[in-house]
Amino acid sequence: MDFIQSTDYSQFVSMLPELIVLGIFVIVLLADLFAGDTKKSFLTPMTAVLFLLGTVAIWIVPASGESIFGGMYVNDTMTNAVKAILNIGAFIVILQSAKWVDREDVVIRKAEFFELMLVTLFGMYLMVSARHFLLFIIGLETASLPLAAMVAFEKRHYESHEAAIKYILTAVFSSAILMVGLSFVYAFSTGSLYFDDLARVIQSGEMSGLLIAAIAFVIAGIGFKLSLVPFHLWTADVYQGAPTAVTSYLSVVSKGAAAVTFFVIFTTCFGGVYSDCWEWMMYAVIIATITIGNLFAIRQKNMKRFMAFSSISQAGYIMLGAMAADGRGLASMIFYIFVYIVSNLGAFAVISTIESSTGKLSMDDYNGLHKTNPWLSFTMTLAMFSLAGIPPFAGFFSKILIFTSVTGTGSMALYMLVLIALINTIISLYYYLLVVKAIWISPEEPKIGAFRSDNWSRLALWICVAGIVFFGIVPFIYQYCVDSVSASAGMLGLLN
Amino acid sequence: MDLSILWYLVPSVIMTACGVYGFITRKNLIAMLVSLELILNSADLNFVIFNRFLFPGSMEGMVFTLFAVALAAAETAIAIAIIINIYRSVGDSDIHKVNKMKF
Repeated sequence: MDFIQSTDYSQFVSMLPELIVLGIFVIVLLADLFAGDTKKSFLTPMTAVLFLLGTVAIWIVPASGESIFGGMYVNDTMTNAVKAILNIGAFIVILQSAKWVDREDVVIRKAEFFELMLVTLFGMYLMVSARHFLLFIIGLETASLPLAAMVAFEKRHYESHEAAIKYILTAVFSSAILMVGLSFVYAFSTGSLYFDDLARVIQSGEMSGLLIAAIAFVIAGIGFKLSLVPFHLWTADVYQGAPTAVTSYLSVVSKGAAAVTFFVIFTTCFGGVYSDCWEWMMYAVIIATITIGNLFAIRQKNMKRFMAFSSISQAGYIMLGAMAADGRGLASMIFYIFVYIVSNLGAFAVISTIESSTGKLSMDDYNGLHKTNPWLSFTMTLAMFSLAGIPPFAGFFSKILIFTSVTGTGSMALYMLVLIALINTIISLYYYLLVVKAIWISPEEPKIGAFRSDNWSRLALWICVAGIVFFGIVPFIYQYCVDSVSASAGMLGLLN
Repeated sequence: MDLSILWYLVPSVIMTACGVYGFITRKNLIAMLVSLELILNSADLNFVIFNRFLFPGSMEGMVFTLFAVALAAAETAIAIAIIINIYRSVGDSDIHKVNKMKF
């Protein structure tokens, strides 16, 4: 019996990344409790430094490669790499939120912001490492419920409340649908919800209506988190209403974790019915996601809404890795997430510094920005080029790697999918360049005066610029993704 | 008389359908939350039914249900807190009053 052996509590040591994040969470919580009513100006540097140390520890300490709690949780090189990458995203978000959390209506709750963020990160870790549907659900909820509190963080702003109610209702609806789907999965299992046990039951060719319904429900449930079309309707409103730091966190870190989890569930658990069932569901969903995300992004004037639709279409590109459904697909998906984190956070760092200094969010306000703020304009341009996939920036390499991983499977239908994605890349170029045009070419007088951003944001911007410029050119990063995936391929039971 | 599994599954399916229908049609935030609870509870019910009838030897479905109930409670708590915030700033919990951001 697995669960009798699992009472060995030394197994918790294998959950090193989780323990690190929980440790930081406890330290921040205690510091907040006992620091008194002072301004607590030490909190942001303390969290950032601790978090950086934790990230370095996750990078350095090799994964134990063990599966613990009867196989519910695995800690292998792949999950470790994903966690380290998510950590970098969260670190940049901490840096770019440093000025916002010191604003007078937020500063009293600034430790809460970091605490909630660390808890969501803990949930995402569980999601990525889960090999059992119970642990997966717990991780998913731990990740998405504190996020609702983070979205509602600006108590005095009506938009924040509206975004939060839209987020929590759709999130609960999606997880309810997901649970109904999982109960169907449970019905045709052998009484076990382990991914491996389910993979043995769900064999190729054995299709039933129940299985199709279950897979559709699970796609819908995780699709909400990833904001895939047709489950994307919350995205734009929530991104617009949430505080900008939370928006950037939602758009990269939570999306990255959900994408990797989607891949793990659908290749290990439902891998047997890949071509029978979910390949075609995802085919349609990806085409709709990329196209609709792009077409709606064109007409947006608010920068946060614009980034919302851009991130919807980027999620479609990320899910191309799941269509490849092999080790190469996973490696290029992780690489894409990494590049997407630095590019999107670069754009968001510019948006948030401009918003916190001048309060301006509309794309028209960016007209002639280069005259007053050349460095911010430069960063924004790089981020837009990277998101659109213009060489030699990182976004080009991540796109080409994910496209080749899909065409590498040799299926004609997937070639067509890549062609559609390519055409959409050209459409996306149009609206990304609208921002660049507003900044550099528009002849109007600049509406945003010259200002100097705070040092934290500058550090975040520098990290993002370095990532955008070097991640594509330096082969080490992609090699790291490939190595970490191939080292844990046995544990994943990848499709061949 | 032994009740077959269908006697339990049909109410569960009806609960799911009512929940989805209610979530889409109701205009009050609290009523929408109640509809969500219906879906969540029907999923829990499903787990218990399948465990009891299909896999009477194991406990996995029951354990899942225990955790799912706790998660549903947490979801409701946060949703209620946000609805109270909305009520304070709008003065109503009608969904039509919460539509400033669109398209």
